Amino acid sequence: MTDRYNIHSQLEHLQSKYIGTGHADTSKWEWLVNQHRDSYCSYMGHFDLLNYFSVSENESKARVRFNLMEKMLQPCGPPADKPDDA
Amino acid sequence: MFLYNITLQRATGITHAIHGNFSGTKMQEIVVSRGKILEILRPDANTGKVHTLLTVEVFGIIRSLMAFRLTGGTKDYIVVGSDSGRIVILEYHPSKNMFEKIHQETFGKSGCRRIVPGQFLAVDPKGRAVMIDEETTMLFKDIYYHFIIIKTEADNDPTGEAAANTQQTLTFYELDLGLNHVVRKYSEALEEHGNFLITVPGGSDGPSGVLICSENYITYKNFGDQPDIRCPIPRRRNDLDDPERGMIFVCSATHKTKSMFFFLAQTEQGDIFKVTLETDEEMVTEIRLKYFDTIPVATAMCVLKTGFLFVSSEFGNHYLYQIAHLGDDDEEPEFSSAMPLEEGDTFFFQPRPLKNLVLVDEQENLSPIMSCQIADLANEDTPQLYVACGRGPRSTLRVLRHGLEVSEMAVSELPGNPNAVWTVRRHVEDEFDAYIIVSFVNATLVLSIGETVEEVTDSGFLGTTPTLSCSLLGEDALVQVYPDGIRHIRADKRVNEWKTPGKKTIVRCAVNQRQVVIALTGGELVYFEMDPSGQLNEYTERKEMSADVVCMSLANVPPGEQRSRFLAVGLVDNTVRIISLDPSKPLWSKCLCLQFSEAVFYNGVLLRTVLDPVTGDLSDTRTRYLGSRPVKLFRVRMQGQEAVLAMSSRSWLSYSYQSRFHLTPLSYETLEYASGFASEQCPEGIVAISTNTLRILALEKLGAVFNQVAFPLQYTPRKFVIHQETNNLILIETDHNAYTEATKAQRKQQMAEEMVEAAGEDERELAAEMAAAFLNENLPEAIFGSPKAGAGQWASLVRLVNPIQGSTLDQVQLEQNEAAFSVAVCRFTNTGDDWYVLVGVARDMILNPRSVGGGFIYTYRLTGGGEKLEFVHKTPVEDVPLAIAPFQGRVLVGVGKLLRIYDLGKKKLLRKCENKHVPNLVTGIHTIGQRVIVSDVQESLFWVRYRRNENQLIIFADDTYPRWVTTACLLDYDTMASADKFGNISIVRLPPNTSDDVDEDPTGNKALWDRGLLNGASQKAEVIVNYHVGETVLSLQKTTLIPGGSESLVYTTLSGGIGILVPFTSHEDHDFFQHLEMHMRSEFPPLCGRDHLSFRSYYFPVKNVIDGDLCEQFNSMDPHKQKSVAEELDRTPPEVSKKLEDIRTRYAF
Repeated sequence: MTDRYNIHSQLEHLQSKYIGTGHADTSKWEWLVNQHRDSYCSYMGHFDLLNYFSVSENESKARVRFNLMEKMLQPCGPPADKPDDA
Repeated sequence: MFLYNITLQRATGITHAIHGNFSGTKMQEIVVSRGKILEILRPDANTGKVHTLLTVEVFGIIRSLMAFRLTGGTKDYIVVGSDSGRIVILEYHPSKNMFEKIHQETFGKSGCRRIVPGQFLAVDPKGRAVMIDEETTMLFKDIYYHFIIIKTEADNDPTGEAAANTQQTLTFYELDLGLNHVVRKYSEALEEHGNFLITVPGGSDGPSGVLICSENYITYKNFGDQPDIRCPIPRRRNDLDDPERGMIFVCSATHKTKSMFFFLAQTEQGDIFKVTLETDEEMVTEIRLKYFDTIPVATAMCVLKTGFLFVSSEFGNHYLYQIAHLGDDDEEPEFSSAMPLEEGDTFFFQPRPLKNLVLVDEQENLSPIMSCQIADLANEDTPQLYVACGRGPRSTLRVLRHGLEVSEMAVSELPGNPNAVWTVRRHVEDEFDAYIIVSFVNATLVLSIGETVEEVTDSGFLGTTPTLSCSLLGEDALVQVYPDGIRHIRADKRVNEWKTPGKKTIVRCAVNQRQVVIALTGGELVYFEMDPSGQLNEYTERKEMSADVVCMSLANVPPGEQRSRFLAVGLVDNTVRIISLDPSKPLWSKCLCLQFSEAVFYNGVLLRTVLDPVTGDLSDTRTRYLGSRPVKLFRVRMQGQEAVLAMSSRSWLSYSYQSRFHLTPLSYETLEYASGFASEQCPEGIVAISTNTLRILALEKLGAVFNQVAFPLQYTPRKFVIHQETNNLILIETDHNAYTEATKAQRKQQMAEEMVEAAGEDERELAAEMAAAFLNENLPEAIFGSPKAGAGQWASLVRLVNPIQGSTLDQVQLEQNEAAFSVAVCRFTNTGDDWYVLVGVARDMILNPRSVGGGFIYTYRLTGGGEKLEFVHKTPVEDVPLAIAPFQGRVLVGVGKLLRIYDLGKKKLLRKCENKHVPNLVTGIHTIGQRVIVSDVQESLFWVRYRRNENQLIIFADDTYPRWVTTACLLDYDTMASADKFGNISIVRLPPNTSDDVDEDPTGNKALWDRGLLNGASQKAEVIVNYHVGETVLSLQKTTLIPGGSESLVYTTLSGGIGILVPFTSHEDHDFFQHLEMHMRSEFPPLCGRDHLSFRSYYFPVKNVIDGDLCEQFNSMDPHKQKSVAEELDRTPPEVSKKLEDIRTRYAF
């Protein structure tokens, strides 16, 4: 019994500590949102990826970063009405 | 295959820049991050030049950089947030010229992650705290005062419409010093989404609070009773930009003195505004913005106390400006938040050339390198690097040559061809040289150095004879050695002469501050030494050498000693003898040792030998071939250090720079003789002779590997090809978000007409005048930027360039929204000897999600001796043609995901064959024999076999990894090197039993297990090499860089780095470097706390590559660590350094 509770609390701990840690009820939308945000964050963090986007879009790096930041807000549109359908 | 990675030129783009007193003196330095490199720069306030003090590769990604100072301290520290999941605090030690890690705090896993802090850093103005933020906030250290972050709370819960209104929150935190705890003070939702914050000085310096820069607005906020003050960002009058676009500030700099402070903020168009705050009893009442100047868009700006503004450009060269005016007292309008404006309305201003700033220095920056080809197009023996770099109107085609840039200070003609030149000072304490002595075949010319250089006759030198050597002797005497004797000129112009005995003449001589040694014909050596009274005394005993003397050298007298104890003599019989001059020891004894590193020459080969002063051993001999003529050596001073100038058919400078020994050729004509030169105008120069001219030269860019010549381009260069017959380049330039010249002119005309129409009856005339002025106005786009047309708008052209002169021979402007992406120059078997240029063009392309209105292949014929492009025809295709390659007298074209063979027809290209099995998008095509290797944008490489009889293209092998290939290069029949978007280089090879004869399976009844996994090809390539460079590699080429050198794989990166991968030739070498790398990893871990092995294995585990950049850090370790590492390798530290240098010089420089 204690073991099961323990695992449960460990998971909860992970979920609170690391955003994006999945659980049994993670919806497809939630998972996708986390994937997208992680990607955008990686684009901003890796300087040459930002350069790459900046050159191809011909926008300033600050603008590219701003756009990525804005996209992080809701990368996959609004969530579905009933999360359990997703 | 085992490879060794060497960086030839480090990245030049700057991602962050901070300034502060890092060395703890009054001097301000700038610390810049170049992605994975940390560098400290010092602008010299007198000369306005920026010098690099130290460059360190950190083997990690620097995500944020901040300077902070402890309360009451005078020295700034550097806080670095990197992808190591750690934050480190570094201190710069000016005496040792190194960074020391004084604190390291681990937060989380490595990598640029959302949940690991490090992307944003904020520092408490009083230096008591540092705050680190990613999306979730984390706090560091226990002492805080107060500061601010933006926290994006991306809410997941609201459904539908609520999500659209998600707001950013601004949260103020305060440090409670008593509790030693951070308190969340106040939080507020923002109206707009901010993109960055400027902290306003608090306490006694200002009102504190924060300026929030968001799209179109700048807002001042503080907690308490302070109302928000908001001011729109002014826009350019009559701008051609898409009117729907917002405007954001991209970077800012704060300048603070005791009495005032202001901010300089730059918009994404490059316009700088001076931002000031008006206060009334601690309350901010007004934000004022004043147009300051326009400079290229920057990533960071630093205002220095000495009145300089350092600007690190996003792309293209970096600049140092002097702030000449603060823009306080001129007529130009000032914009204020207090001025009434309608909502959504803004102010307008007129951009103009620089008024407040004066450009003082420029740092060359190659970033972004879009394409590079290495070839000897100029016929110079050594290949040149042709680099297409830059973005938009700041693009350039640069030609790089290995060598130091030489700036010519003066060139003057002489009456004849001189054969030697020297400079002398008048007194030992003098800072600058007094005379230049030029020796001719039968005369000597003496020039005095002052404001100008003039001939003088009263110097005491004998003018009617050639000179062998002259120098300052003792404190203030001069000595001239000429074939018939020695002339000793005392300060009071008394002259003592020593004449050669009999018919003998002096053939060679060596002189230093106190000693003179001459060699007479027949190999007899005579030694003179200056006694304390200043008299030059001949030593009675003479030394007969066994052969004629060809050269001699004396070291400088060590400080505090009477003499240099050793003389090096080179003889005709190919020996170098070291002779002791010490009177206490038996004089003229045999080989002993030199106390300085000495260079010895013959046959155009330079040997550099270091001799151990303790044991007297000759060790660490390094050999270099310099040129086809015998080498002459000259000692000069460079950056306060001794350097050696070596002259053969090329001139070379051997110097030590940032703990590495450099031997670099000068990018200059052949010189014959040289000497160091110091004057007020040129403190560290060289005076040299070349045929009948005397030249004064300066070398300013020490440490630079390449010397660049830049030719401007119009749009971002994408690719270029070399036309082998004429050596001309065919270059395609394409810009997204841009107007072509024609559209621009048309839009301008339209706006001018609107201006006139909008004006009332009585203002017509005035409006017409304004419109005319607007049409005539032409601000250079390289500085002011080109108008942003919006997504899906393209401008593009094809250019034929002569790479040596840089002249454009011909140019074809494509229509608006046509974008050239690929180019090839080829011949077709069915049309004889004509050369054709094929350009793949996409129309109405949208980048994301990718869609395209159609594609074309433009065919041009090269006429007029390869100097004209003559349009032949245009072939429509259904997708983007991203790759074109000549193939057996026809062409292979990648059209979207299709691979096709086209042949030349009368009206268009004719499709001959097609393969549809490349999964996404063909980005590159390479051919060898019947094999075609295709790179896919996302799925690595595919090997395709062309079967001529069946006219089929069949994929017979592919790679097992998904690689987002940017560029690839054939290494041999079975081996391909490829680079990807994420900064990896990999080499894959087909296994030996691969069969090219795979049948396509048209019936579909082939056994399942024969079809290959997941619809892939049935044969798979093997990975041989994986390596993470850390910067996106956009070009790869297998080539030799130096004449007589071996082949290496050269790569260039988007950040402006150039590096090579070279194969090991022996197991012994590989073993040695493998162990060295292993020891370096443990003994000298990367500065920012990233694990080296995991950095090089960022995306794929590193395989078969040894990191030379890490190995070369051996030279910057402290000596006892060097010794312990060298001992582990059973070698001495100089032996290890020599190995490191050897492998470099074998392939490159």
